Amino acid sequence: MTPPRSYRAEAIVLRRTELGEADRVVTFFTAEYGKLKAVAKGVRKPKSKLAGLVELFTHSTLQIARGRGLDVLSQGEVIHPFLPLKTDLARSSCAFYVAELVSRFTVEHQENVDLFDILLGTMVELCETRKSDLLLRRFEMQLLQCMGYRPNLYHCTACNAQLKPTTNAFSPSGGGVLCPACAGADPAARGISVNSIKVLRLLQDGDWATALRVNIEEHLAGELEHVLRVYVEYLLERRVQSATWMDKVRSEVRKAVPPDLPQPSQGKGRADTAAAH
Amino acid sequence: MSNVSSTSTAEPVARLIAALHRLPGVGPKSAQRLAYYLLQADQQQVTELAEAITLLKQQITLCSTCLNISDAETCVICRDPKRDVAQICVVEKPMDILPLERTKAFKGLYHVLHGTIAPSEGIGPDQIKIKELLARLQDSTVREVILATNPNVEGEATALYLQRIMSPFGIRITRLARGLPFGADLEYTDEVTLTGALEGRQQLG
Repeated sequence: MTPPRSYRAEAIVLRRTELGEADRVVTFFTAEYGKLKAVAKGVRKPKSKLAGLVELFTHSTLQIARGRGLDVLSQGEVIHPFLPLKTDLARSSCAFYVAELVSRFTVEHQENVDLFDILLGTMVELCETRKSDLLLRRFEMQLLQCMGYRPNLYHCTACNAQLKPTTNAFSPSGGGVLCPACAGADPAARGISVNSIKVLRLLQDGDWATALRVNIEEHLAGELEHVLRVYVEYLLERRVQSATWMDKVRSEVRKAVPPDLPQPSQGKGRADTAAAH
Repeated sequence: MSNVSSTSTAEPVARLIAALHRLPGVGPKSAQRLAYYLLQADQQQVTELAEAITLLKQQITLCSTCLNISDAETCVICRDPKRDVAQICVVEKPMDILPLERTKAFKGLYHVLHGTIAPSEGIGPDQIKIKELLARLQDSTVREVILATNPNVEGEATALYLQRIMSPFGIRITRLARGLPFGADLEYTDEVTLTGALEGRQQLG
């Protein structure tokens, strides 16, 4: 039995590197085969038919031929070019971050349809959302859960006591929250506010529409981002490269135009009461 | 690399083949062909080639103004009095200047970034020559900056970022148009290019 000489895949472009004179090696995340690499020949020439398919973040169906070494992209059709992710600086910087996380958390040829759906859903939403911060937090929670790192947000990961509504601690190595009594056990654990835990629980178990109604103040958003960033980087054992760029773009945006956030502190969401610290 | 040849040919030839094979676009077969060609070529031709390669690394520096490759403190374009100093065309790499020069349609100066913002490689604005570009905008001779970074996500991000940080200078900032290559066929054009071509369409007459 020889495997078929070519196969189809629904894919999103995660990254690409240049190869030879006009070729690229493209890393896709596919619904059928998980992460995979293929050579796209001649795509750096202006008349290439494939060039549009292999641009970053593009969602498409591909026909890929098995090669001796790397597989070769033969043809395909764009489903969604996700133009806002390419032409809007802030959205583009978020998309880089999403793509890098998916690429770092996965190995090649390990099928994961759930993760493909998470990735696709995040990219679709990212094109339109005005709450990209919260969307990225949801993406991180979904990714963690999908890869088997769902953080424990209800019980202390050391003594298993039910968490009380007070400042607890988040332990990256423990994969969840420590109660104040156990917090000393992990020197890397950092304080996590009641509100942060509430929002994370909502992102973990609640539906997205409810989460979107929550009014998250800037310092709380910062705390959430920090907690998950530290956890993700602990798991990957490395810095997330594109996070630096995302942070930079965001600070530039804040400088350039006043943030069009909803009026602060008036909305009564579920998590806007107690102070975070 | 290519120890195929080292067993079956003399050591100096094998060494040259290995060195040629490391060049971009040169496969093992081409490397062999080139090496055997040089072996039978006349001495003068070979010396010229060897000298050209050695001098390349010795004599080339970066232009102090535009960071293009140059054999002097300022490059040939920057020291040409006929060039328009009010226009700067920003490109990713020195090689990108060649096709633009071939058009003969641009008479201004260049600025070479030596890279693009590539977040997944950890390359941000501080790793490429943006500071140097901003320094050139300090005096008011520059009236237009043309962004000629490549039309891909990294090139676009670089252009958008440059546009944002240059806007306080109050100069005209333009971007190369995206559209159909000459001689192309609509049937085979991807949606992204066509969208760009539609958006950038121009009135005739």
